[in-house]
Amino acid sequence: KIKLKCRALPPPPPIDGQNLGTYRTDEGQPWVLPVVKKVEQKIANDASLNHEYLPILGLPEFRANASRIVLGEDSRAIKENRVGGVQCLGGTGGLRIGAEFLRRWYNGTNNTATPVYISSPSWENHNSVFVNAGFKDIRAYRYWDAAKRGLDLEGLLEDMESAPEFSIFVLHACAHNPTGTDPTLEQWKQIAAVMKRRFLFPFFDSAYQGFASGCLDRDAWAVRYFVSEGFELFCAQSFSKNFGLYNERVGNLSVVGKDADNVQRVLSQMEKIVRTIWSNPPSQGARIVATTLTCPQLFAEWKDNVKTMADRVLLMRSELRARLQALGTPGTWNHITEQIGMFSFTGLNPKQVEYMIKEKHIYLMASGRINMCGLTTKNLDYVASSIHEAVTKFQ
Amino acid sequence: LGLSWWSHVEMGPPDPILGVTEAYKRDTNAKKMNLGVGAYRDDNGKPYVLNSIRKAEAQIAAKKMDKEYLPIAGLAEFNKASAELALGDTNEVIKSGRYVTVQTISGTGSLRVGASFLQRFFKYSRDVYLPKPSWGNHTPIFRDAGMQLHAYRYYDPKTCGFDFAGALDDISKIPEQSVILFHACAHNPTGVDPRPEQWKELAAVVKKRNLFAFFDMAYQGFASGDINRDSWAVRHFIEQGINVVLSQSYAKNMGLYGERVGAFSVICKDVDEAKRVESQLKILIRPMYSNPPINGARIATIILTSPDLRKEWLEEVKGMADRIIDMRNQLVANLKKEGSSHNWQHITDQIGMFCYTGLKPEQVERLTKEFSIYMTKDGRISVAGVTSGNVGYLARAIHQVSK
Repeated sequence: KIKLKCRALPPPPPIDGQNLGTYRTDEGQPWVLPVVKKVEQKIANDASLNHEYLPILGLPEFRANASRIVLGEDSRAIKENRVGGVQCLGGTGGLRIGAEFLRRWYNGTNNTATPVYISSPSWENHNSVFVNAGFKDIRAYRYWDAAKRGLDLEGLLEDMESAPEFSIFVLHACAHNPTGTDPTLEQWKQIAAVMKRRFLFPFFDSAYQGFASGCLDRDAWAVRYFVSEGFELFCAQSFSKNFGLYNERVGNLSVVGKDADNVQRVLSQMEKIVRTIWSNPPSQGARIVATTLTCPQLFAEWKDNVKTMADRVLLMRSELRARLQALGTPGTWNHITEQIGMFSFTGLNPKQVEYMIKEKHIYLMASGRINMCGLTTKNLDYVASSIHEAVTKFQ
Repeated sequence: LGLSWWSHVEMGPPDPILGVTEAYKRDTNAKKMNLGVGAYRDDNGKPYVLNSIRKAEAQIAAKKMDKEYLPIAGLAEFNKASAELALGDTNEVIKSGRYVTVQTISGTGSLRVGASFLQRFFKYSRDVYLPKPSWGNHTPIFRDAGMQLHAYRYYDPKTCGFDFAGALDDISKIPEQSVILFHACAHNPTGVDPRPEQWKELAAVVKKRNLFAFFDMAYQGFASGDINRDSWAVRHFIEQGINVVLSQSYAKNMGLYGERVGAFSVICKDVDEAKRVESQLKILIRPMYSNPPINGARIATIILTSPDLRKEWLEEVKGMADRIIDMRNQLVANLKKEGSSHNWQHITDQIGMFCYTGLKPEQVERLTKEFSIYMTKDGRISVAGVTSGNVGYLARAIHQVSK
């Protein structure tokens, strides 16, 4: 009698697809951008720098250059001096300051009844930001079509048509979180047309510029289009992802107005709002970004670093899709490559997600959202085969 | 479509304190002095980056750490060290763990988180009592958070000192379960602090009236040069069984102004209450800025938890406090030399960065116009802006406008 001693295989290391919006290398590690390391060294070696307070609105070189990044080098609005920036604590801080301002000064004064529309689904903190800023009427606009796994443009436009005039709409500039599904250029044009006609206020959330397509200009197309269409708008910019400066809290609220005078008055009131929340913003992250953006060599290096990150995500998308198609996994998988940015709405249902987590140790959100940064060349096969199993075992 | 959404938005008034610096910058007089600045200056009038801070920064640079998000409540090590600095590491509160400390965006951020927490969870009252006068930003912070502001007598313009009787009288009449704010040390803007015996009586009446005590401690170590002495009032209140809340800032005592390092602490009944309070503080912080900046907190943590650097830091803080005290002494001595017949004792009685000179607005205006000396209209000077090089000029000017 031969007794076979079978040793149970150790469980595979967990794959973190739940990771909260931070980039990981192909080795599954956090990545401090090489250009950031370089600039930090420069800052550390500069004995002339101190820790004095920044102005209330932040580091001037940071604000101006951050706005320039989203609006473009040749931005008419900047040339016409009708753009202002408020350095904020990350994208969240930019959204909060913008929301606080809108609650006080938009559509009358202290009009807490102005409806605020947030996409369905959206980043879960959007709702909290506007509620805490004092808005009483937060609504959802249709966005994700689960059946077709794409943008519900018809529903979106319908909701905009029926929204009360002057409603505020929170728009994701690119790489929609959590769906990864962005309107096409033509669809953005349709959205802008409705918003113009109905006097709806565009509040852009731009957390992934450069990170989505790998190209800064391409990822800022929607914001720039709205500006060229004459909109006054806010854009909350985050440099957490595209500079990898998550914990330094670097953000900019760009304000585009009709003219310089209006923008100046808006900024003076922004100061009052900032003064009672954090007085003035932290200097380290803003210094890093400003130094990088104002030096052509460093700027080029940064764009390169950003492209590295974006390209890796794009590669993981195309490789995952290819494997699923090769396996003949039931369903269509083109959404994996059509979606953009860090996140993908895989379309897996709760039972399938549970299987992925419990049996395969692949962690994704209950919504089926996966952070593509959790994928590596080493685990692609495993993830693809696991999805295949989940989809074939559970319908 | 030519009209702007913002046509009706008024131009905000210039910040009263920052406006002083703006005007100072425009002045071309070589002898000009900026006494509005709430930031420490060395004896050459220059910003001072502490050596201990530089060393901590070098350590951080060498470690090559990542940039991953901090938790919402901030750097845990920092929070613990901060609470221990305020209360002393052998404090019963620390030992039992019946407190929560969250990292905040310096003192302002701490006050705002605290004010918002009270607005949401302090069900007994909307009323916050501030000393008269108080830091100019206290009122807008509490107001924006949804609280209502009142005042209790504090500064006595007749003596340029503490109106103890007035304070006790007012505080004893504050409706029970109201919130009362105290400056732990180095009162801003007056520099007038209660003496320990007076603090004891204040604690007693706070306890008797069942008032909720909110301490703002922005100058621990910076006032007397001794961190334990400067936090005595906070510790005394807690010893008396008063569960206070506390805002701390590291802007001045570590010179970390622009890094925005602060903490907010809630002394609780027990560990369970502390956990529940922490969960709610996080819910308030998340929609404000998600999580705090790491750079300054890392520096502060290294300072507080490395024995050598902590020792060096304490010496440097004492150095700053001593220079301020020295300038106060020199100013009074110079005023005497100028032949001033006024009693300037309050200048040396007062403590911390600021001094309420007792000068009237018209005199302040003359100081600015005739001597290019910039300060706030209330007669407050930042002693940090005085140097051995300009104290004589200052004394001469003050004598000229007050004789």
